[in-house]
Amino acid sequence: MDYGRSIEHGEFVHRCFRCGYCKFPIDYVDFNCPSYKAFGWDTYSPGGRMWLIRAWLNEEIKTSPRFAEILYSCAACDNCKDQCVFPKFKDFLPDIFQEAKAELVNEGKIPPKVRDYFKAITVNGNPYKLPQEERGKWADGTGFPRFSGQEYLFYVGCVGSYDEVGQKMARTVGRLLLDLGISVGMLGSEETCDGNEVRILGEIGLFTKLAEDNIKKFKKMGVKKIITLDPHALNVFKKDYPKLGGDFEAVHYTEILARLIEEKRVAFSGFSGKVTYHDSCYLGRHNLIYSPPRETLRSIPGLELVEMRRNQVSAFCCGGGGGNFFTDILGGGENSPNRVRVREAFETGAQVIAVACPNCAKMLTDAVKAEEPEAKTEVLDIAEIVWRARSKQSIYAGA
Amino acid sequence: MSDVLKSLIDIVGDRGVSNSPEELWFYARDPGVLEPHLPDYVVAPKTTEQVQKIVQLANREKIPIVPMGNGMALTGLVIPLKGGIVMDMKRMNKILEVNEKARYAVVEGGTSQGVLKAYLQDHYPHLRHSLPDAPPTVTIAANVAIHGQGRLTQQYGFNSDMVTGLEVVLPTGEVCKVGSPSLGPYWFSKGPTLPDLSGLFLGWLSTTGILTKVGLKLYPNKKIREVEIFVTDRAELVPEMIYKLTHLEMLEDINAWFQPKPLMFKDNYNITIYFTGDTEEEVEFKRKMIWDAVQEFIDTKDGGFMGLQFMKDQLLEMPQRSVAGLADVPKGGGFEYSGPIALIEHFPRYAAKVLELAAKYDVLYASTARVISGGHAMMFSISFAFNRADPAMKSRVKIALEEATAFALEMGAIPWKPNFMEQKMTLAKMDPNALKLLQMVKRNLDPEGIMNPGNWEVN
Repeated sequence: MDYGRSIEHGEFVHRCFRCGYCKFPIDYVDFNCPSYKAFGWDTYSPGGRMWLIRAWLNEEIKTSPRFAEILYSCAACDNCKDQCVFPKFKDFLPDIFQEAKAELVNEGKIPPKVRDYFKAITVNGNPYKLPQEERGKWADGTGFPRFSGQEYLFYVGCVGSYDEVGQKMARTVGRLLLDLGISVGMLGSEETCDGNEVRILGEIGLFTKLAEDNIKKFKKMGVKKIITLDPHALNVFKKDYPKLGGDFEAVHYTEILARLIEEKRVAFSGFSGKVTYHDSCYLGRHNLIYSPPRETLRSIPGLELVEMRRNQVSAFCCGGGGGNFFTDILGGGENSPNRVRVREAFETGAQVIAVACPNCAKMLTDAVKAEEPEAKTEVLDIAEIVWRARSKQSIYAGA
Repeated sequence: MSDVLKSLIDIVGDRGVSNSPEELWFYARDPGVLEPHLPDYVVAPKTTEQVQKIVQLANREKIPIVPMGNGMALTGLVIPLKGGIVMDMKRMNKILEVNEKARYAVVEGGTSQGVLKAYLQDHYPHLRHSLPDAPPTVTIAANVAIHGQGRLTQQYGFNSDMVTGLEVVLPTGEVCKVGSPSLGPYWFSKGPTLPDLSGLFLGWLSTTGILTKVGLKLYPNKKIREVEIFVTDRAELVPEMIYKLTHLEMLEDINAWFQPKPLMFKDNYNITIYFTGDTEEEVEFKRKMIWDAVQEFIDTKDGGFMGLQFMKDQLLEMPQRSVAGLADVPKGGGFEYSGPIALIEHFPRYAAKVLELAAKYDVLYASTARVISGGHAMMFSISFAFNRADPAMKSRVKIALEEATAFALEMGAIPWKPNFMEQKMTLAKMDPNALKLLQMVKRNLDPEGIMNPGNWEVN
């Protein structure tokens, strides 16, 4: 059947030279495209995708499971966008990949794991197929209040709500926010998926529905400011919701923590050890939030912050972006991005890998277990480190 | 599943071989103007042993085999002209050794230029290699196999001259070490004082074997790099200017270039001069020597130094990211160049030819001549950009490049990394006994004719 394929930024597809700068970080130390690193074929690199998408649009190749795997193995880490040497179209690379996936969705030829993800979101409201009532379970025992007009909504997201590692992180951040006197509430069982991964996986109809419902709900409840646990949610709130009329002031929890520390509202007793910080792609490359997590860690007495060889704009993705956290199309094995990344972390000699994203926390925790069966290295989110490092005499401002 | 596919999977595993339409489509082409040709399989070995087994299989089954780095020669050298196996070497990317005091590195056959650069910066910041201006993904082995050049070519010759030893899988499957590693553990000499067997592989465009390890000379990495651009509007003076500059024997690199876009560069010939030093005093001394060397042209108002301003950082980048930018000037993702190795005194005639061809075929040009070995020759690139979505433009570029190669051969030049048609033109002009010698070498090394067939087809 002729679907008359076209994508919004199709006019740029033929302009890729496939030079391969996009595969690297800024100083070329290793391949920095997660799917190219995992699969090792040029077809799985950004340039390969560009050339194949052109061939596919021109009907030189057909839609196939392999082609779908090539598209859906993209972790949407944005490294290619930052490293491409063609300023006139580099910013459109992630859009082109997303639009091609949306075409596959239209054709109904997506990988089964992606289909199952969409089905779970549609039927259950979350990818875990768990009851909606359990969404607020992370807060059990914390006394974290429901949103009722507080200054901030604490938006947790699917991973923070249902995944064990994510729940732990949500609980720590939630308790810390309360303890530091932030006026904040949660949606609990009323929270629904933010839709960032749905959008990047190409189901634009479903994404629009999720986003519009959230916007409506937030407005009705009087939400003006949002603190997100998950950088993915931050991204979609900041970049995509405004296009649908959702103008909320969204910040990531690490930004709030850095601000409170700067305002001397957090006192530390100390944290002994060497820590390396893993940049989440959606916090770093997507939203240019590199400093707040580092400022927070540097402010903790006794904590030695050491950088991995690839950091900030050159950081290597954990492989959980672009929906891969749920679909696992990048797969396991020694070249899987999360395992590559923890090996890089081990090289720093750090005892702790600090993270600021529940997806990264889970991906790297799993990778540490695979790489280091005795699991001497801890993966901790920034809030957990702050929690442990805080003095009992912290200032409770405005609680 | 075919027996060949099964055998390949046995050698490299499931994830090391593909005959999916997507990989076959992609590995059928390069970014240049030549038409694609589908391979039957794409394989990606990780070890020399796997390369050897694949070659033995190909030999047994008489299947063509085409090794590939990043495929950026642009002249179709990795297009499987007769089908068969394309061997993507990039999973063999380990840096095996750096001998700091003897200043050499040993790398696997798929190691990229960028990775070696970063490794040296991290671990041996006082050492460097001759980095080409090609993208950092291009491999060291492919670069020396085509007699590539780099930032240190003005001082030390072709990058292939910097090879200090090779490990090669011969077309018949034997693994062979060339140079000092054939006698012991050290990789300091590719030939001398032995007969230099590296010549059986370097420049042969992978038609006589697959490079699985390369020893490469490293050089001092000075603390400071500097750059000046000397500009003239008289092409006929460029050779003399270069002659004066090379007489100094102290310059890192010299590139003479001209291009019509952006318009600020139109009708000028620019000589970019790179120089280095460990102290400001050394750098300023060299700068003074450079100015003195071309002072006579300033006095006659035939040239002057350009204020570099915003361009300086870009010029000092290695590799220069802006080089790839030519591909997008016609909004179309492509350029290709003919790169004859020629006498520098012929620069004005080549420059005129570029302008003539660009006008005749209505294509966008950019040209850079890189000085080789202190001025014994230059690589003169006749580059034309094209829009990949405009088949007519692509076709015009192809014809213009063929004409450029014919011109270069008439001028007594040697085509650099010629495509299969340019190779035929070259062989047709070659001294019959030299051709006979090539035939003898090829026939003996590759009796089944499986290595990158269609290229250097002397038999």
